[in-house]
Amino acid sequence: MEKRKLGFAMSMVLAAGTILGACGGGGEEADNTGGGSGSGESDKFTVGMVTDVGGVDDKSFNQSAWEGLQAFGEENNLEKGPDGFDYIQSKSDADYKTNLNTAVRNGFDLTYGIGYKLKPAIEEVAKQRTDSQFAIVDDVVEGLDNVTSITFKEHEGSFLVGVVAGLQTKTDKVGFIGGIESALIDKFAGGFEAGVKAVNPDADVVIEFAGAFDKADKGQQMASAMYSSGADIIYHAAGGTGNGVFSEAKSLKQKDPSKEIWVIGVDRDQAEEGKVTVDGKEYNVTLTSMVKRVDLAVQDVATKAQNGEFPGGEVTEYGLEADGVSISPTQDNLTEESKAAVQEWTDKIKNGEVEVPTVPSGK
Amino acid sequence: MFKNWTVLAVPVISVLLGLLAGALIMLVSGNNPTAGYMALWNGAFGDSFYTGETLRQMTPYVFAGLAVAFAFRTGLFNIGVEGQLLVGWLASVWVGLAFELPKIIHLPLAILAGAAAGAAWGFIPGFLKARLRVHEVIVTIMMNYTALHITNHFIRDVISDGADATDPVRETASLQSAFLQSITDFSSLHNGIYLAVIAAIIMWFMLEKTTLGYELRAVGYNQHASEYAGMNVNRNIVLSMVISGAFAGIGGAMQGLGTFGNMFINSGFSGIGFDGIAVALLGGNTAIGVVLAALLFGALKVGSLNMPIESGVPNELVEIVIALIIFFVASSYMITWLLGRLKKKEAK
Amino acid sequence: MDYVIEMLGIRKEFNGFVANDDITLQLAKGEIHALLGENGAGKSTLMNVLFGLYQPEAGRIRVNGQDVQITDPNKANNLGIGMVHQHFMLVDTFTVTENIVLGNEPKKFGTVNMKEAEQKVRELSGQYGLSVDPTAKIADISVGMQQRVEILKTLYRGAEILIFDEPTAVLTPQEIKELIQIMRALIKEGKSIILITHKLKEIMEVCDRVTVIRKGKGIGTVDVSNTNPNHLASLMVGRDVTFTTEKADATPAHNVLEVRDLSVNDSRGVQAVRHLNLDVRAGEIVGICGVDGNGQTELIEAITGLRKTSGGSISLNGKDITGLKPRKVTEAGVAHIPQDRHKHGLVLDYPIGTNIVLQTYYQKPFSKAGIMNYKEVYKKASTLIKEFDVRTPSETTLARALSGGNQQKAIIGREVDRNPDLLIAAQPTRGLDVGAIEFIHRRLIEQRDSGKAVLLLSFELDEIINVSDRIAVIYEGNIVAVVDPKTTTEQELGLLMAGSKKGADEHV
Repeated sequence: MEKRKLGFAMSMVLAAGTILGACGGGGEEADNTGGGSGSGESDKFTVGMVTDVGGVDDKSFNQSAWEGLQAFGEENNLEKGPDGFDYIQSKSDADYKTNLNTAVRNGFDLTYGIGYKLKPAIEEVAKQRTDSQFAIVDDVVEGLDNVTSITFKEHEGSFLVGVVAGLQTKTDKVGFIGGIESALIDKFAGGFEAGVKAVNPDADVVIEFAGAFDKADKGQQMASAMYSSGADIIYHAAGGTGNGVFSEAKSLKQKDPSKEIWVIGVDRDQAEEGKVTVDGKEYNVTLTSMVKRVDLAVQDVATKAQNGEFPGGEVTEYGLEADGVSISPTQDNLTEESKAAVQEWTDKIKNGEVEVPTVPSGK
Repeated sequence: MFKNWTVLAVPVISVLLGLLAGALIMLVSGNNPTAGYMALWNGAFGDSFYTGETLRQMTPYVFAGLAVAFAFRTGLFNIGVEGQLLVGWLASVWVGLAFELPKIIHLPLAILAGAAAGAAWGFIPGFLKARLRVHEVIVTIMMNYTALHITNHFIRDVISDGADATDPVRETASLQSAFLQSITDFSSLHNGIYLAVIAAIIMWFMLEKTTLGYELRAVGYNQHASEYAGMNVNRNIVLSMVISGAFAGIGGAMQGLGTFGNMFINSGFSGIGFDGIAVALLGGNTAIGVVLAALLFGALKVGSLNMPIESGVPNELVEIVIALIIFFVASSYMITWLLGRLKKKEAK
Repeated sequence: MDYVIEMLGIRKEFNGFVANDDITLQLAKGEIHALLGENGAGKSTLMNVLFGLYQPEAGRIRVNGQDVQITDPNKANNLGIGMVHQHFMLVDTFTVTENIVLGNEPKKFGTVNMKEAEQKVRELSGQYGLSVDPTAKIADISVGMQQRVEILKTLYRGAEILIFDEPTAVLTPQEIKELIQIMRALIKEGKSIILITHKLKEIMEVCDRVTVIRKGKGIGTVDVSNTNPNHLASLMVGRDVTFTTEKADATPAHNVLEVRDLSVNDSRGVQAVRHLNLDVRAGEIVGICGVDGNGQTELIEAITGLRKTSGGSISLNGKDITGLKPRKVTEAGVAHIPQDRHKHGLVLDYPIGTNIVLQTYYQKPFSKAGIMNYKEVYKKASTLIKEFDVRTPSETTLARALSGGNQQKAIIGREVDRNPDLLIAAQPTRGLDVGAIEFIHRRLIEQRDSGKAVLLLSFELDEIINVSDRIAVIYEGNIVAVVDPKTTTEQELGLLMAGSKKGADEHV
């Protein structure tokens, strides 16, 4: 009896083996082509990136960085994969170190860590892998020659969208939804608030934090509360949580297309997220977006590194100056007044006439 | 004999079926299962680094699994491992930061703090169950959320000043091991793995060899008979939850003193506590089973990270495989029934 | 003779284990035919073959002279075979009628025509003398009533042949009497009955013929008029059995258990034991008899510490044990064979061996400093298993895997081995067959003879009369009479149990 049951288990294993084996042929072929291209063009400069838990389809930040990487790859005729450019997705906070090491093991010449959450992991791995080059986006790693830091003057871009919000609010009440409260997100909130007040000192700016970057449902709830309390424009700096803000605005618009409610996107041009069709008519709830050109920065640093000018140990801060932050190219919903004001304040910031605060007024 | 065999057969067949179904899904979705599983294997055990990472990932799973299994063996369903793990994590980091002590005192103290915090978090549902017959599932689920928000509050406003992570714990309270890192090519494997194995042995010993274990299991199987036999059922319920919570709390200490070396704001659950339920289930609620199941889960989780880059197979697939494995274990009735049928046919 | 059912040379195997070996059973029209055998003799297997749940490996089944293949229970139903299960298959929250018509409802415009259904149920119950309220909920009616619903279910489906599976196991003496009347009414209406049982008294009372099986083999069929209980019992167990337990006169000494003015509330807070007084002396067996629900359970739970008392005192050998925890009561010298051996007596998922130390595991030599010594545990277990004739493959076999009789023997072994001053035995022979009952009675008397006080609770009047030295009748939470088993009769006890004071004074 015992033997027969063992036989059953064995046959299961064999069945699995057969199926796996049948697929094996294809696998080897794929490996060969992969290996071929790899060995032939090993002199190419390869770049990888490790996402935070948001992933490359977060419609924000990781996605923007990935776009930069893709642009870099296209420019240099690289293929997606370990021999060109690729990303590694993190599923939990415990994965960062593993993924950074995987990137190093795959031989990337430069590895990006996207997001401040990767800072401790980059610090540690960079110390261990002194032969590899790393870049951290959105935070600063100091004192390591093989790490460069990329930051943005988010407050400057936020100021500009604040100007738009201050001019275009009908209720004199605008909202801000941040992800997790931190020095970084304070920059968004502070710049936004200052921008609104600069053009509309009477307007009320409500600042709230979701406590998470990946909770669209939470974002939706908060947006719902803010809209119903009278705010007509919400600026979100909350990654995936912000997708909930869009959902709420769109569903409100669907119920009542005459309602003037807006979302201001973040990190990249989020006009796409705001599209909504009601009774065959197209609307867009995205007023504008504060674009953080992570893609440009990523591409820029990669190009520098490829040219042997890796800014190791340095912090590069991308602001309005180098188009590191800006207002989105989609400007369909901006009034002429807003556009003019944005131009005016951009100049003022660029020439140093205005110093944008990096924290909200209460702090 | 038959019984022993099924005990082993159900999880093993479940894992095989899960992997097989995963292979089919890969085929259907146009991926190459061999390449996918090779990448999974390489990402889990491909070299010493990945083996180290797998063992590191396994460590908290062992504790979470032991916590669930211990409670389960004594008739309680502890869904609150996640919360107990979080408070244990916090407590151990706090002690690791707050005191300046020689390592020989500091490290055990930090781990004990984790155990104590987890135990306290387990005590509440245990007490409510014993005294008021409130079902522990309800209470432990709620306690998960309170733990999440309380720990976040402590990190932001008590331990740090508005930061979203604590400082790293002092070297004297750290589980990190230069030796383990050096033999695993800088993986984040830490000394916690030894503790995990020791904890499994302790759980086995406690349940199988002590009068306490005899009592706890008796209460788990049959409260009425235990009461009849003069055991204090209520005391045993509380004790069981406390011990279970302590295991979970040490699991949190593994994260705080080992893997991360600090604690940060968690926007959601780490999932380790919930995975612990699956680990315990797959491991048949035995100590050795939990260790093996934790190893499998660690390997799947860590190995899956390597799948997209090496083989182009999305690593979500591993989540599906894990879900299927749990499904097959949970429906073990089906497998035993199938085995029974086979046996019958042979008998004819 | 005209047979409605003939099972000829039935053989059924399970994995090489022969459960039925060449068994022949022929049921004549209009008779009550008993199927007698010990627990595990193969009665249920045979009936499951008839009911289509199992397929026999050999043999033929004929219904009304026609060869038939009964492949599933539906087929059996269509052939007019109905089964009244021992464990009722009823939906608690449904009414009597709903349960009876379930799966076979009279329809009207696509909805169930309850009126018609109720009417039909009324007709049926009138016809066979099965009085039930068709609109009552199952949860609200007594066990005896529920059994009638089961019977009506089979009649509603047109059963001509009814199989009763141990129908009296769950009934009170009064309900048993009523059931017997019902069975006679059924016969009068032309039905035929197979009665599965191991109770000889019932067979002698109602059956026409009896087929005996032993260890899977058919022993034969005898006319009840040509036999007697002793003969049937020896056919069943394969050796001579004595019924009236032989025992010497009791020589009671000092009071071991003294219950004074005891009051106990039940789980709902209702007073179940009211100012009860009871003595049990060393060297005697006191039997408590009464209709279930008159405070017996609460009394025993109060003595053993499982339930709080609300007044009065309990003392053991002059020492007050009122309100002590169960462990302290056990340590004081009380042993308890519980009423429900599955619920209270055993941890079914523990090996039988570790069940042996359920109360003593924390003592030497079974453990030391909190560490179990399983070697000693199993050593003890194997001694007791031998001594008490517990039939088990080994001491590590799960208690669940043992038959009821062997489980009970293990419990008795465990309780007696602690050498208690007071042994409480609550329904110690419930559901057991003659052989096991005999064994257990002998053991109880042995305990008495070695100077222990024994308190016996049973709903079987012959057991009480047979084994006890004094009988205390409990009614509404009080001992209403103490009678001498040698001079009392079942009639007298029945009256006392029903609350009649008559005759009580003569025997105190």
